[in-house]
Amino acid sequence: MEPFRLGVSDAVDLLRRGGISAAELLEALFRRIDAVEPVVRAFVTVTRDEASARLGELESSGEGPHQALHAIPLAVKDNICTAGVKTTCSSRILRNFVPPYESTVTARLLREGYILLGKTNLDEFAMGSSTENSGFFPTRNPWDPERVPGGSSGGSAAAVAADECLAALGSDTGGSIRQPASFCGVVGLKPTYGRVSRYGLVAFASSLDQIGPITKSVRDAALLLNVISGHDPLDSTSAPVDRQDFTRSLDRGVKGLRIGVPKEYFVEGLDREVEQAVRDAIGELERLGAEVSEVSLPHTGYAVATYYILATSEASSNLARYDGVKYGFRAEGADLIEMYMETRAEGFGPEVKRRIMLGTYALSAGYYEAYYRKAQQVRTLIKEDFERAFERVDLIVTPTTPTPAFRLGEKVSDPLQMYLSDIFTISVNLAGVPGISIPCGFSTEGLPIGMQLIGRHFDEETLLRAAHAYEAATGWHGRRPVL
Amino acid sequence: MSGYEAVIGLEIHAQLLTESKIFCGCSTRFGAEPNTQTCPVCIGMPGVLPVLNRRAVEFTIRTGLALNCTIASYSRFARKNYFYPDLPKGYQISQYELPLCRDGHLEIHAGGVRRRVGITRIHLEEDAGKNIHQKDSSLVDLNRAGVPLMEIVTEPDIRTPTEAAAFMKKLRNILRYLDVCDGNMEQGSLRCDANVSVRPAGSTGLGTKTEVKNINSFRFVEKALAYEIRRQMRVLEEGGRVVQETRLWDPAAGVTVSMRTKEEAQDYRYFPEPDLVPLEVGEEWIEEIRSTLVELPDKKRERFMSEYGLPEYDAEVLTEERAVADWFEEAVRLGGSPKAVSNWMMTELSRLLNETGREIADAPITPAHLVSLLKLIEEGTISGTIAKTVFEEVFRSGREPEVIVREKGLVQITDTGEIERLVDDVLSANPAEVERYRKGEAKLLGFFVGQVMKASKGKANPKLVNELLRRKLS
Ligand SMILES: [Zn+2]
Repeated sequence: MEPFRLGVSDAVDLLRRGGISAAELLEALFRRIDAVEPVVRAFVTVTRDEASARLGELESSGEGPHQALHAIPLAVKDNICTAGVKTTCSSRILRNFVPPYESTVTARLLREGYILLGKTNLDEFAMGSSTENSGFFPTRNPWDPERVPGGSSGGSAAAVAADECLAALGSDTGGSIRQPASFCGVVGLKPTYGRVSRYGLVAFASSLDQIGPITKSVRDAALLLNVISGHDPLDSTSAPVDRQDFTRSLDRGVKGLRIGVPKEYFVEGLDREVEQAVRDAIGELERLGAEVSEVSLPHTGYAVATYYILATSEASSNLARYDGVKYGFRAEGADLIEMYMETRAEGFGPEVKRRIMLGTYALSAGYYEAYYRKAQQVRTLIKEDFERAFERVDLIVTPTTPTPAFRLGEKVSDPLQMYLSDIFTISVNLAGVPGISIPCGFSTEGLPIGMQLIGRHFDEETLLRAAHAYEAATGWHGRRPVL
Repeated sequence: MSGYEAVIGLEIHAQLLTESKIFCGCSTRFGAEPNTQTCPVCIGMPGVLPVLNRRAVEFTIRTGLALNCTIASYSRFARKNYFYPDLPKGYQISQYELPLCRDGHLEIHAGGVRRRVGITRIHLEEDAGKNIHQKDSSLVDLNRAGVPLMEIVTEPDIRTPTEAAAFMKKLRNILRYLDVCDGNMEQGSLRCDANVSVRPAGSTGLGTKTEVKNINSFRFVEKALAYEIRRQMRVLEEGGRVVQETRLWDPAAGVTVSMRTKEEAQDYRYFPEPDLVPLEVGEEWIEEIRSTLVELPDKKRERFMSEYGLPEYDAEVLTEERAVADWFEEAVRLGGSPKAVSNWMMTELSRLLNETGREIADAPITPAHLVSLLKLIEEGTISGTIAKTVFEEVFRSGREPEVIVREKGLVQITDTGEIERLVDDVLSANPAEVERYRKGEAKLLGFFVGQVMKASKGKANPKLVNELLRRKLS
């Protein structure tokens, strides 16, 4: 097998056994990037020189045997700060921003010996579902370059699907890991809110954002979660839970697991082929020994509206710091106000501006009670929906997205249609529970279809175990696009 | 302009004396080179997160307890959103709906009135940086950005500028006692804004209020409020209406000027800070802080009166500053008589401190010095007049009083023969006055005493001088 096809776990084994050298692996990936990047355009920055230097450093360190990801080349979404490497959020306003600090997740990856291949494209500031909102260029879906890779972690998902890296990190605020993973036929895990430190993740909506892995297998997702999770004193919202080995119980199967199917997720608007693939997957889980029953998440219909009030409110405040005063892009202006206005007018793209305006409106005097506070109340109801459901079942299964990947340009002019592509993933962020998307089939057009598994707070173990059991029984994840 | 009364509420910002900033590890030291006490967190770089400084919370709880507040077991931080170059994140992390302390009070005594001023709330927030304007550009110094501030809000219980000044003074003393704020208004570590309205005396409704800002000195608290109250009364008397607005105190002109009206007021779009978890304070921690609370000025004043038999005025003055009270008690502990120590502190010591602009803690004179000096007076070694000279010398040099007395030959003359000679000289030099005294002008005795003391360069024992003069003139 060509080395770039490897996943993380296999590469770790192969490197340890001496079946391949770290230099060969790295070189194979850069050749792959050179070969497919003109079509896919997953990367904003490729860190070739830094990666070579890093490899030399790793080889002479003698740390190899102690590092879980020694010499493993990974890609990182470009809204996660990497010291000394540009972190742009795919925004013109941060086009040349080089953070002087390392995010906690990449600091932990560095400690375990990873090599950064580059920073991946995203919808500007992670606002979008297709990566078309990148301030630089859109990323293409490796399965069909006429289609979007999903978003906002479209660059990371496409890079993994196109074998341009062994795995990648993404961030998920309303589905930004799971939806592109589904569109690209790879595995995407959004951990429980608080499981992974947000320090160094450029904030979109602080109470919803969570970093997670996008990988070629469930085992790889577990392996990366082992490294990036755990309490971080630099993030007050990171939970004081002990680190654990999520790979240990992967093989325990689903026998006796109670799996709930929420009736609110199988409704009009759900693509027939997607529904069929997910129903088949549920049948497979049942065949593997899970007990399947119907559950209800009655407030599902309010999730998108709730999300777009809360996320945009937080974003309107989180993005206030890009004012041209301290760093990043600055436009000239006759006075301070004009400088502010020109900087933000030229620096931000239309979707970012739309969300800043929405959020500013929702927080304004006279509207706060009707929008922000009401949305917080509904958020509590949505959380309670999950708590009630999890009294009866151990996991919930849904489609990840209503349709397979759509065409570039198809929804850019209709923000509402675009927002609805996250309809099945948003509730998970509002509730703070973990969710994973895994491949569960293909459409007749050959596009990947994803199934979402949702678990209890801090129960990634069960989530990963069931996902792995399904994956092992079906093997959808092994298919790769022809590029 | 009687017939009206003023209603005043204060909003006070106090910079906390923590070593590090409220949400990062940067130093809070004052006066460093611009932007040298900054890090990615306090300059608002992308992706960084705040981590709350526990000491800042402790200081606020300490203050809350001293001001008789209820300490909230659950409080929240909130974002106050506005754009300004000295505000690096575009929002200030503050507290809004759920402050850390609420429902307290502080009793003040001013103009013969005792008044209990309600404390609505005390909350914790971060300070902004500082804009430095140059001829054709502006610079921003973010050293102060993220320094912890406590905002103390009073109920509109204050009725006169004198009361407001008394409140500020007392609050400052308490903050200094608690060691949570240095109370320096001129340097901006203690700032005061006031909400002011006037209404017909005796009515219970509230008039339209204005907010007066930029009162940056204790001297201006009374002046600015007096001006603003007069201005509002005049508006009403002329049949006008007070406009709800924010006004700036202009200390040079001695007036308040309109800054912005209610319509121009900013909408800060407060919402709960999602980067910080709610602040939960356990009963145990509150009790721990309560048990280490120092004795506050009011209590200490009462004790100085009962324990040392001091008059209320002395006790009040001596307990305003913790360092002064400690100085007093140390002198008494070393054997000084409370009243004598108090007298010296309130006259000579206070005068010299004022003249030299020093704090008692860094004056060279110590309580032990004063006690030695008192002993020299009591033993008759030096007179009270000489003692003042010696005191000043000790104050300036920090040398032992005994040494100064010995070196300068200031020992009192108690030799009757020598004093008798001086008395005789004075009497023979002033025959006319002697004549008048003998005819009944008894008050001239003071004149003769003065002349003899002068002749002895102050060293004669005044008691002996009096005795001898009386005998010789009878
Ligand atoms: Zn700092």
